[in-house]
Amino acid sequence: MENLVNIFVKSVFIDNMIFAYFLGMCSYLAVSKTVKTSVGLGVAVTFVLGITVPINYLIENYVLKSGALAWLSPGLADVDLSFLSFIMFIAVIASIVQLVEMIIEKFSPALYNSLGIFLPLIAVNCAILGGALFMQEREYATIAEATSFGLGSGFGWFLAIVGIAAIREKIRYSNVPAPLKGLGITFIITGLMGIAFMSFMGIKL
Amino acid sequence: MSGLRKFIDRIKPQFEKGGRFEKLHSSFDAFETFLFVPDKVTTKGAHIRDSIDMKRTMAIVVLAMVPALLFGMWNVGYQHFLAIGEDKLFWEVFAFGFLKVFPIIVVSYVTGLGIEFIFAQIRGHDVNEGFLVTGMLIPLIVPVDVPLWMVALATVFAVIIGKEVFGGTGMNILNPALTARAFLFFAYPSEMSGNLVWISGLNKGEGILDGFSGETILGQAAAGNSTFLNGLHNPYSTWDMFLGKIPGSIGETSTLAILIGAFILLYTGIGSWKIITSVFAGGLVMGLILNLFAVNTLMEIPAWEHLIIGGFAFGAVFMATDPVTATQTEKGKFIYGFLIGFLAILIRVLNPAYPEGVMLAILLMNVFSPLIDHYVVEANIKKRLKRARVSS
Repeated sequence: MENLVNIFVKSVFIDNMIFAYFLGMCSYLAVSKTVKTSVGLGVAVTFVLGITVPINYLIENYVLKSGALAWLSPGLADVDLSFLSFIMFIAVIASIVQLVEMIIEKFSPALYNSLGIFLPLIAVNCAILGGALFMQEREYATIAEATSFGLGSGFGWFLAIVGIAAIREKIRYSNVPAPLKGLGITFIITGLMGIAFMSFMGIKL
Repeated sequence: MSGLRKFIDRIKPQFEKGGRFEKLHSSFDAFETFLFVPDKVTTKGAHIRDSIDMKRTMAIVVLAMVPALLFGMWNVGYQHFLAIGEDKLFWEVFAFGFLKVFPIIVVSYVTGLGIEFIFAQIRGHDVNEGFLVTGMLIPLIVPVDVPLWMVALATVFAVIIGKEVFGGTGMNILNPALTARAFLFFAYPSEMSGNLVWISGLNKGEGILDGFSGETILGQAAAGNSTFLNGLHNPYSTWDMFLGKIPGSIGETSTLAILIGAFILLYTGIGSWKIITSVFAGGLVMGLILNLFAVNTLMEIPAWEHLIIGGFAFGAVFMATDPVTATQTEKGKFIYGFLIGFLAILIRVLNPAYPEGVMLAILLMNVFSPLIDHYVVEANIKKRLKRARVSS
C-alpha cells in the first residue's frame, strides 16, 4: 500500500508529465485559457491515463513481452511481440478516447463543445502514449502499481493545466509586450512553473 | 525644499507632451513623485485618495528590512573574524561586513533599476517602484561571497523574465527576488550551497582555524550532524539561532531583526498578518508531524526550532507577504500561507539536495495562488447563489 502511495506522489510531483518531461504540451497550451475547460480536459486525461495504463500493462505482460505468451502454451515461450507495442498501445488509447468522447457528449454537452477538437485529439496526446511507454520502461511489478502510476501522471497533468489556466485568467488584462502575447507568455510561464516544480526533484520516497 | 520644487516645476514642461525630452517623461515622473507627493486629481468619478501610494508602501517595506540588513552586515564580519580566530571591536566587525555587503546592494539596484528605466522608456509606462523592494531583497538572500556578476545576471533574469514580460510591477506571477535566487541556485549550485560560501573569505582558505565548519545549520543537519557544531566545536544555542549569530545568507539569519521588520509591516498594515501567522502555523504542524517519525537528524529538529533557522522567518515575513504574488482573497491567504509553511518544512526535511526549502515552497505556492483565488471566489459565488434562492 505504501508503495502505491509513493508511486502516485512521485508521478504527480517529481516525474510530472508537463514539468519534468514536457509531454502533452499541445493540448496543455491550447486548452488552458479558462479554468473550467481545463478542469474538464484534465479530468478526461486523468481518466484515460488511469484506464489505458493498466490495460496496456496487461497487454504488455500477457501478450507482447518476450515470453509473455507462455501462459497459452509452452511452445510459445520464446515468441517476442514487443515490436507491436506502439500499435497495440495506440489502438487501446484510441478506443478508450472514443469511449470517453461518447460519455462526455452524453453527460456534459457544454464541456464537449468547449473542448472541441482537443477531445478526440487526446488519442494522440503524447502524455497518454508516454504514460504507456514509461510503464513499459519502468517495469512495474503489479497491475495496481501501474494503475497508481497512470492515475498519478494524469493528476500531475491535471494540476499543471489547471494551475496555468488560473494564471492565464489572471494575466488576461496584463500589459504583456505584443510579440509575447498568447502562446509566448504561456511558454515563459510554463518555464517558471517548471522552476517552482524543481523543488520536488531529488526527493527520495 | 521649495528651491527643489521650483527647479522641478521649471524643467517640467520639457518633459511633457511636445516638449524636448518627451520620451523621457516616465523617468522624470519617477523622480518627481519620489521627491514629492503627487498632486494629481482624478477627473472622473469619486476616488478616495491617500498618500500611501506604491512608492511609500515600498519605502516602508525597505525600512522594515533595514534591521535585518544591518544585522546581516554585522554578522558577515562576526562570522569572518570567528573563522580566522581574531577578536575585533564592534565597529571593525561592522565595517568589514558593510564593505562586503554594500557592493552587492549597489549592483542589484543599478542593474535592476537600469532595466526598469529602459523598459519604461521603450514601453511608455511609468517607472514602477516595485524594484525598490526587490533590489533590497536580492542582496539579503544571497551568500556573502557570491560574485557580483552573478548578482547582476540573476537580477537581469528576474526583472526581465520574472516581471517585465508580464507587463511590469503588479503583474508578475513569481516573486522577482525569489526568481533571482532560484536562478542562481539552479544555474550556479556550487556558489549557492556547500560549506564554503556562507562565510566571507572561507573559500580562499587564508588563516582559517583548523576544523572550522562554515556549513549552515540545515546543511549540517542534512549531513547527519546532530549537535550543530560551529567551527570552535561548541554547539549553537537556541539564543544564537534566534539572534542570528549563525552562518547563512546575508539577511536571513536573525529572527529577532526579522521580527522587528514584521512588526513594522504589521503595524503599518502593509504585510498581511493572515499570511505570516499561517506560514508559521503550517511550518509548526509539518515539523510536529515529522517529529513523530524522526528517523534522521533533520526530522529530529524540534518543530519550533525549524522556525528560527534557515530562511524560514525571512521568507514568511518578507517573501510570502508580497501582495502581488500572494493570493488576493482573504480566505485564500490562510490556505496559501499554511501550504507555504507546510511545504517548506517538507522540502527542507525530505529533500536532502535542497535544505533551503522555503524559497521553493514560496515559488510553488506563487504558481498556485491564482488557482486558490479562483476557487475561493467560486465558492463564494456558490454560497451567495444558494442564499439568494432561499430568500426568494
